[in-house]
Amino acid sequence: MPFVPHTPDEVREMLATIGVNSIDDLFAEITEDMQPRSFDLPEGLSEMEVLSRLEAMAAKNVTDRVSFLGAGFYDHYIPAAVDALTMRGEFYTAYTPYQPEASQGTLQAIFEYQTAMTRLLGMECANASVYDGGTALYEALMMAVRKTRKRKAVVSEALNPIYRVMLESYTTNLHIELVTVPHKNGRTDVEGLKAAIDDETAALIVQNPNFFGSINDFTELFAAAHEKKAVTIMSAYPVMQTVLKTPGEMGADIATAEGQSLGLPLSFGGPYLGVMTCTKKMVRQMPGRIVGRTQDTEGRTGYVLTLQAREQHIRRQKATSNICSNQSLCALRALVHVCALGEMGVKRAARLSIERAHMCADRLTAIDGVSLLTEGPFGNEFAVTLPVNAYEAVARLAERGYIAGFPLSRYYTDLENGLLVACTEKTTEEQIGIFAEMLKGALR
Amino acid sequence: MKTIFEQSVPGREGCWPCEGMAEEAYIPKELLRDGNIGLPSASELDVVRHFTRLSQKNYGVDSNFYPLGSCTMKYNPKFMEVAANLPGFTRLHPVLPQLKGAGGFCQGALEVVYESERLLCELTGMHAFTMHPMAGAHGELTGVMLMAAYHRDKGNKKTKVIVPDSAHGTNPASAHAAGFDIVSIESRDGIVDPEALRKVLDDEVAGVMMTCPNTLGLFEKHLPEIVKMLREVDALLYYDGANMNAIMGKMRVGDVGFDIVHLNLHKTLGTPHGGGGPGSGAVGVSERVEPFLPVSRVEKLEDGQFFLSYDHPKSIGYVAPFYGNFAVYLKAYAYMLRLGGTGLRRASEHAVLAANYMRKRLEDHFEVPYNRICMHEFVMSAVKQAENGVRALDVAKALLDMGYHAPTIYFPLIVKECLMIEPTETENKATLDKFVDDLIAIAELAETDPEAVQAAPVNLPVSRLDETHAARAMELTDDL
Repeated sequence: MPFVPHTPDEVREMLATIGVNSIDDLFAEITEDMQPRSFDLPEGLSEMEVLSRLEAMAAKNVTDRVSFLGAGFYDHYIPAAVDALTMRGEFYTAYTPYQPEASQGTLQAIFEYQTAMTRLLGMECANASVYDGGTALYEALMMAVRKTRKRKAVVSEALNPIYRVMLESYTTNLHIELVTVPHKNGRTDVEGLKAAIDDETAALIVQNPNFFGSINDFTELFAAAHEKKAVTIMSAYPVMQTVLKTPGEMGADIATAEGQSLGLPLSFGGPYLGVMTCTKKMVRQMPGRIVGRTQDTEGRTGYVLTLQAREQHIRRQKATSNICSNQSLCALRALVHVCALGEMGVKRAARLSIERAHMCADRLTAIDGVSLLTEGPFGNEFAVTLPVNAYEAVARLAERGYIAGFPLSRYYTDLENGLLVACTEKTTEEQIGIFAEMLKGALR
Repeated sequence: MKTIFEQSVPGREGCWPCEGMAEEAYIPKELLRDGNIGLPSASELDVVRHFTRLSQKNYGVDSNFYPLGSCTMKYNPKFMEVAANLPGFTRLHPVLPQLKGAGGFCQGALEVVYESERLLCELTGMHAFTMHPMAGAHGELTGVMLMAAYHRDKGNKKTKVIVPDSAHGTNPASAHAAGFDIVSIESRDGIVDPEALRKVLDDEVAGVMMTCPNTLGLFEKHLPEIVKMLREVDALLYYDGANMNAIMGKMRVGDVGFDIVHLNLHKTLGTPHGGGGPGSGAVGVSERVEPFLPVSRVEKLEDGQFFLSYDHPKSIGYVAPFYGNFAVYLKAYAYMLRLGGTGLRRASEHAVLAANYMRKRLEDHFEVPYNRICMHEFVMSAVKQAENGVRALDVAKALLDMGYHAPTIYFPLIVKECLMIEPTETENKATLDKFVDDLIAIAELAETDPEAVQAAPVNLPVSRLDETHAARAMELTDDL
């Protein structure tokens, strides 16, 4: 029987030590009325059989299409060192570092991850990560609510709609009002947001680049929010942050990000990585694990989980959140990813992605009837308006081996011809050329 | 050991994703960041050595016995990694099934979701499952949100959730995060006392959160009575699945009358914990709670095709961007296929056997406050050793020196100088015996030379760390 090492002789010895006759005696407290009505699970399989079954399932997925899908989740190149290092059993099979002396590897890695994320986003403090970019944003909103004791959030409609629906779910029972300010042709409506902030506003939430790929400078908007004593929150795309003005430079109090693009495969939705950073004055409101540097009894440098008085295992219902762990291995992947690429490597990935996206936009808008939907500067993603329904266009191209992008009408009902297109450094010039030709053909 | 930032040498090149370095001319200068980011400039070898050395400063199940109570650190079979890393899964973009016609591109992945939910239903006796929640505590939050939605739909005015004093801290924190007030009840003889529950049970109670076996490793034998009491006030019973590893095939929580259950797949179904995550906190529900499950849901057409359905008007909405931590529960699915029903039941039987064996061997050396048949873990106390100044913390540190991860200490809060030991089913008898012998040796040393125990650990890269200094100095990043 797999993974149970005890031989029949050993079982007899153990039962004798305990002083019972059989294993069933150990379960005597589960009386008849509590026993399973059925337990109809299939019989176990050999390792080889399990793997061949899963290989067959994996083969049913179509992964050989050239894809321009993004919508907040991107297919960037992952250096081989990321897998090789993070798969080491000492990292992989460890627990949350409750015993710091035996977990210095995990703890120092988290400390370095915190350092990398604060530098990437231009912020002062980071936590050890939360589940994903959406839950990070929700936790950021709750930080603002605790800090300001107000219960209204002004949210840009150009914020990733996936995050917006998550915010709605999580705030349903909490009497928090979400005020959504419409986007303007794919641009974040800075003036509209400014006008919506009042004295009751706990948080202003924007994204850069926003869902449509459009880039902003929110410095003035954040200053206006601060005048009303609101907390400023920005969700960022970390790869683009290697070249863009940072949330910190703009005056954000909290910056969050979906860390998937930093060394995590797309894997059909997870596991991903919720990056959370903030200013020093917000750090005691930040949920989750935080690692700090300290010294041991001999004066040697070491790392521990710190500021634990905020946490659920000490404060129970008064904790900053119910989060009791982090996406440690995903955070480690993000750290190894940026270290392996290095300062210049990550910038290179970002710049190439931007270049390919602009090349792609030029080729697509050269087609009759296709125009740019996103106004103003954009990074590696942009939206176009097609002369036909975008779902239809995507379906036509999918048959021919290209996934053209994400139809905006999934979330923006008035943009039925809107298509969101993303490139990364993996997108080749040749693929862009074929894509444009194919789209042209499909629109005829 | 220097950080990777301290090892950075300006100009040293890492592993570039591809050739070429585009201009930044596409974006106006005022939207670009100033100066360097401050990420390391290191060679690939620098990075490989750094992280290899870091890993060597860690204890994992692959290298060390990890009897960490309530955490179920059993062995994670390696074939599951092969399964999760199949390119047919890792390369799938999560919005793909939302595109017209492209749902056909991810039938294999949707089948994994569907089949995982089906197997978990049979394992627990629940009516339906969702794979969305991304960790155990996230499953708890989702579960309590479901509880709130159930009562809102019925027009019930419920403000309170009851949590036993022995519960994990996440229980009260999750219930509070979902908008409820918390009522704590005291245990009697180590388990929930129906009388104490009756005293606080009224129409304002939305539900009760229970762990079974509980955090003392004891079976909650009054469950049927508790279920009956809750039905009378239309309160739901919530099952914290942290200790599910003890009862697979022995009790199904759905059959007993639980309405909502979360499972920590990374505990019960042997997926690695990764130093703190990612996990997966799948949630199962009874028939009356099903309409409120998060969207989207995977359904199967008569022709065998799978699709995502969003048409669930009573749903609590989105708790995760997509379908949860797919690559994590893919491993749990592979694990269930490998063990089958018989293997899963046997895993629980041997986990319970190992815990009772160790309890029995240790009972003469440490105080065992609830010294009766336990489930997959048991709690002992260092009160005897504390008379000589050796506390649970010291015992834990001495174990680290001997190459073990320590048990859980000072939890549950209701036991003084608490050490909670969970051996799991995957450790062989020789390991269990050696661990017991070493613990007995520590108990003896605590009598003859308590200072030696208090000085531990001495064999690790660092000795005891100053946590007060860390909180005060707040050095949370590497300064440039």
